[in-house]
Amino acid sequence: MPGKLKAKIVAGRHLPVMDRASDLTDAFVEVKFGNTTFKTDVYPKSLNPQWNSEWFKFEVDDEDLQDEPLQITVLDHDTYSANDAIGKVYIDIDPLLCSEAATVISGWLPIYDTIHGIRGEINVLVKVDLFNDLNRFRQSSCGVKFFCTTSIPRCYRAVMVHGFVEELVVNEDPEYQWIDRIRTPRASNEARQRLIFLMSGELQRKIGLKVLEMGGNAVVGYLQCFDLEGESGLVVRAIGTACTLEKISTFPATATHPNNSSPSKDMKEPGFGEEAPGVPLSSGPPTPLRAQTFSSFSPSKSYSRQSSSSDTELSLTPKTGMGSGGSAGKEAGPLKALLRQQTQSALEQREYPFFTLTAFPPGFLLHVGGVVSARSVKLLDRIHNPDEPETRDAWWEEIRQEIKSHAKALGCHAVVGYSESTSICEEVCILSASGTAAVLSSRFMQDGPLDTEHRFEEVVSPGCGFCHIPYDELNIPFPAQLTYCYCCRRYKVPDVLFTTIDLPTEANVTGKGCLIQARLCRTKKKAQGEGNATAISSLLPFLEYELHTQLMNKLKLRGMNALFGLRIQISVGETMLLGLASATGVYLTALPSPGGIQIAGKTPSDITYEQHISTMQKKINDTIDKNKELYEINPPEVVEEIIGSPIPEPRQRSRLFRSHSESSDEVSELDLSHGKKDAFVLEIDDTDAVEDIHALLTDSPTPAGFYSCNTEIMPGIQNWTSAIQMFTSVRVFRLNANLTNQGLNKIFSDLCENLLKSLYFKLRSMVPCCLCHLNFTVAIPEDELIQVAVTAVAMSFDKEQPLENGKQSGEKTLIKAITENDEQLQFNLELNAETSSHNPLSSPKGLSEVGSHLSARAPSVDYSSFADRCSSWIEQLKLKAHTIRRGSVKTTSSLEKASPLPEGRSRSLRSNRSYSGSSVAVVKMTPLSFIPGAKIIKYLGIINMFFIRETSSLREEGGVSGFLHTFIAEVFAMVRAHVAALGGNAVVSYSMKECVFMENPNKNQAQCLINVSGDAVIFVRESELESTSVQTQSATTHTSNGGEGT
Amino acid sequence: MSVELDVFVGNTTIMDKEVYQLWLNGYTVNDAVKVRIEGGVMEECEASAEVLLSDTMDQYRTFQMCERLLHHPAKLANQLLFQIPPDRQAMLIERYYAFDDSFVREVLGKKLSKGTKKDLDDVSTKTGITLKSCRRQFDNFKRVFKVVEELKGPLVENIRQHFLLPDQLARDYAAIVFFANNRFETGKKKLQYLTFQDFAFCAGQLINNWTLGAVGKTNNMMEDMDVDLDKEFLQDLKDLKILITDKDLLDQHKSLVCNALRGKTNVFNEMEANFKNLSRGLVNIAAKLINAKDVRDFFIDLVEKFIEPCRSDKWTSIDMNLYLTHYTNSAHILDTFKHHAVWTRYMGVIKSCILRMYHD
Repeated sequence: MPGKLKAKIVAGRHLPVMDRASDLTDAFVEVKFGNTTFKTDVYPKSLNPQWNSEWFKFEVDDEDLQDEPLQITVLDHDTYSANDAIGKVYIDIDPLLCSEAATVISGWLPIYDTIHGIRGEINVLVKVDLFNDLNRFRQSSCGVKFFCTTSIPRCYRAVMVHGFVEELVVNEDPEYQWIDRIRTPRASNEARQRLIFLMSGELQRKIGLKVLEMGGNAVVGYLQCFDLEGESGLVVRAIGTACTLEKISTFPATATHPNNSSPSKDMKEPGFGEEAPGVPLSSGPPTPLRAQTFSSFSPSKSYSRQSSSSDTELSLTPKTGMGSGGSAGKEAGPLKALLRQQTQSALEQREYPFFTLTAFPPGFLLHVGGVVSARSVKLLDRIHNPDEPETRDAWWEEIRQEIKSHAKALGCHAVVGYSESTSICEEVCILSASGTAAVLSSRFMQDGPLDTEHRFEEVVSPGCGFCHIPYDELNIPFPAQLTYCYCCRRYKVPDVLFTTIDLPTEANVTGKGCLIQARLCRTKKKAQGEGNATAISSLLPFLEYELHTQLMNKLKLRGMNALFGLRIQISVGETMLLGLASATGVYLTALPSPGGIQIAGKTPSDITYEQHISTMQKKINDTIDKNKELYEINPPEVVEEIIGSPIPEPRQRSRLFRSHSESSDEVSELDLSHGKKDAFVLEIDDTDAVEDIHALLTDSPTPAGFYSCNTEIMPGIQNWTSAIQMFTSVRVFRLNANLTNQGLNKIFSDLCENLLKSLYFKLRSMVPCCLCHLNFTVAIPEDELIQVAVTAVAMSFDKEQPLENGKQSGEKTLIKAITENDEQLQFNLELNAETSSHNPLSSPKGLSEVGSHLSARAPSVDYSSFADRCSSWIEQLKLKAHTIRRGSVKTTSSLEKASPLPEGRSRSLRSNRSYSGSSVAVVKMTPLSFIPGAKIIKYLGIINMFFIRETSSLREEGGVSGFLHTFIAEVFAMVRAHVAALGGNAVVSYSMKECVFMENPNKNQAQCLINVSGDAVIFVRESELESTSVQTQSATTHTSNGGEGT
Repeated sequence: MSVELDVFVGNTTIMDKEVYQLWLNGYTVNDAVKVRIEGGVMEECEASAEVLLSDTMDQYRTFQMCERLLHHPAKLANQLLFQIPPDRQAMLIERYYAFDDSFVREVLGKKLSKGTKKDLDDVSTKTGITLKSCRRQFDNFKRVFKVVEELKGPLVENIRQHFLLPDQLARDYAAIVFFANNRFETGKKKLQYLTFQDFAFCAGQLINNWTLGAVGKTNNMMEDMDVDLDKEFLQDLKDLKILITDKDLLDQHKSLVCNALRGKTNVFNEMEANFKNLSRGLVNIAAKLINAKDVRDFFIDLVEKFIEPCRSDKWTSIDMNLYLTHYTNSAHILDTFKHHAVWTRYMGVIKSCILRMYHD
């Protein structure tokens, strides 16, 4: 299915001087796609050439369109010698292939050279004409939309969530090919950049094919990573969640002010059928997903050892409240056992019930079990055949299987907030995967057990339901201390909850949250090959255990009881291992109040020693009190009678849950040893404990006016202003040789703390503000070097809450009315979708096989006819956005197709931009999925860029800091320029996934690789929307007509 | 153990005005940190000296990266590397092109050459302004000079458009360029009491009245029309000599002025006694302006030939104003004096310059 790619080179500006004699440049441009190259004329003697070329046309297959970037090279013409390259621009044309994304790329793009950085800008126009009609177009993978955002994108509604998609491609790294010895650094860098561009395109296309096969039209939470394995090759891998998305009316005015819109106009909107191909109604029966990648599974190398663990909260106290537990608990027990059984059988049928999403439509996430993670140490060997990346696939398969079994052990059938990462040092590679075991909603399923579950979940209030344990309390695979939920008093909850997801918006939270980090450094002997791998695998469990203990201590020190967005990063170097765990601590109202931390000495004979302990104890208690005040944690007093059993106040020493086979032994053993103590005890004789206490007390509090979290939103703060500041900060620290573990720990911890302090200082003008999505990445680029990179966004908020509250409540009532309306419509739509397409419906619990006798309780809608057919585990999870929570973000009328307005709006934005002459359009960047005070009206496509920068004049460029500072600024500039060229004004879900920095100061050289990604969007300020809402009602038709015309 | 690399890059470039000023003033990073610590920013924000150092280094690096753009302010608006809000851009430019009055007094009227630049360390010691800052200011002067040298059209407007400077600053630069081009002597001891603003005012008067551009004679936008004095006018000034060479005319002029001023001033007697000397002084200045060398001495001549004698006779500025007004107007009543236009054009500027310069 061919398409025609058209490119026009308009002009250049700020070009560098290439001819010393004249101080000018004779520039021309080569435009290359695939194997076809076009050239412009030479524009002599100018630094601001006006080529104004013809349209260069490339007739190509859409497969190539997806894989290849458009490559634009600017050169200086030289009559006597070879032409000198000024720089290149790679343009990803993928956004142009999707009917809902951008339509044209037009604007000033920086000309980039890997040695000199940005060298002027070039103005280009790029368009794609696809010859096929839209329906045929859908059969190819290029209609699939990609989103980095790990929640359902703001202007879409999930019709179905199909599940996990993954793919990896491998190749030789050009940097390590023999030819690299004879080519210039520039040629080598460009070969690498181009290869990675190609591999990303290929990966995206392959994933797209899988999505189409599953019947979806989009990938959400798309996470693409590079493994630079050095000699052994280059791996590009990606995971994501396949969904069927449907665009919701992008004009919120119709939703928030339904009275303003006359019905006749509303009727008109659905007439524009742009979205039609995206709606699953018209799709044929999707082919069931097969586990393609894993048919070639082969056991991993015998010398690689594997270590894994899952972090869950556990307690060793015998459960005292068991006997007197209310009837609900008793009833839930056997039911859950049943569900779990069913889950198990379902799991066997399902390859990976994983979801890369971290935020969910309301009602989707039922219960959260806890964090599951797995790690594996592997020895890298050369990838012999790039076309069959079996080994790497097998490695990941192993890990995923393990994650799956951990989730199963927690009584969960799914893993959400799932992510994968690697750390490579020489030939050793640590593969890590983590996620949150969870039970997801199956409310549209109709079998018996499902029905009970339906009832089960309906009773539960959304604010606490996800905290209720998914596992069977009579048969817990690990010791946990359970109490009745402090919100509904009906179901059991654990005392502490760790998760990798964002805080659900509906969660009941007391007070505010804060960033909690556990940092750890462990020395390791230098070793080679197998010995090294063994040494690392034996260190890993200890590292994880200590990180976990640190997290737990710090959580308690802040008087909180749950962690969200937990991300544990383990980095390997030649002589040490680094562990950094970051999460956002909160106090979940549903969970019991955490106990204090008690310090105990082993030899209580000495009086001075006792005093020392008591001062420490006092310090800790003071800190806890102070923190409670700081984070406004004052949970309502618990009336114990209601609960029916004395709540075992504080919890006992936490232990790491290693793997569920071991844990059963530990239960009894540890219960005996620690059963009697009633607070979290730190024994001070223990060197670890000294370290722990030290680590606890050295964390300095955030300065006044600042809050921090690593999740999307901060509980307790709603009224964001529009002021946002995204930033990246990188630090590299050189260590002295011969440090002890403790010394290392302190240095590492100080490094992180100081970095945070610097951030607070830098951003002091934004107070009161919250640093959101604080994402730390650690690396050991060399022996004795620690690199920490942070990307986050600072967002200001208004302190005056009461005013806002009043406004919100007003809005809420309005929204409520809409919601009801919406719900009905949606339900209808989904019904239609199911009946017409005959998708194999299956329950997340695999309930079709079990308990048909319970179907008596089935709701009035009868799905059983097709439900019977489903033999495999969920391919689709029904999503029903049944509540609207976020003000004007969501809208009604599910029948209408995309309003044509954004189209018109984007055009007007663009035209504004060109009218404004010289000034550059502002592009906002944020790691979050939203922009405060604004509404995203259109997603223009994914931004995924990879750059290499190298210098052999490091000192002249201001040393390593000057070099990296310039490079990061250049990367930002290029991202902004490409977004602006797509017609966008912001990047959301931005992340810097890779920042590999290498230096050789003796040779005056340095090299850096950066990979960034995000979603290009158009947003409109809510204030603008409100002010124009009335006018636009009448202008809508007009605008759209104008839009169609062009 | 050391921090090897430390960078912070914001999507919107963060620039602290205070640190920017310290950078402009040529402070080293360490000195800037000291100043900031004394300023109390640490207590305000619970920061440590380490944090302050890191922040200062970072900002300095940012400014250095921006400096290249500041040399061509128009580029700042359409570059892509830094996302800087327009008001910030204006602040950056304005402060970068701001200069110290004490510095500009040292180089005003000097040739903006490498030689002068070499002597900047003396200027730095004398004024207490860091050498780095002196160099920046000097380079700014030179850059503006070079750019407008090649441009046609009105001087102030050219500067404003090319360097995006606010009106007042653009006028000051016009004065600096004008002085540098005509090499007016400003460094003599007798001129030390005059401030840069005095000179800038005079430069404005000269530009507006004595240059080619001033009279709008030229439709064809001649080069340097604002920078060079109107040669034809300077030639015509020689004709004014008749006022002092023709004895009748001189006496007539004197009696007209004296009649008008009698009883209106306390220094009447001194004035009457000095009239011929003063008149000779002013007319001689006019007559000599055709020589480039005498143009350079314009201000020193004004002071020596006119301001100093009046000052020693204790004239007040009101006396001065009164005298100059009548002196100018009386010439028009003289029967045989024909050069009214030239006289008006000449005296208008002289009068406002002297009035501006007549202070302690």
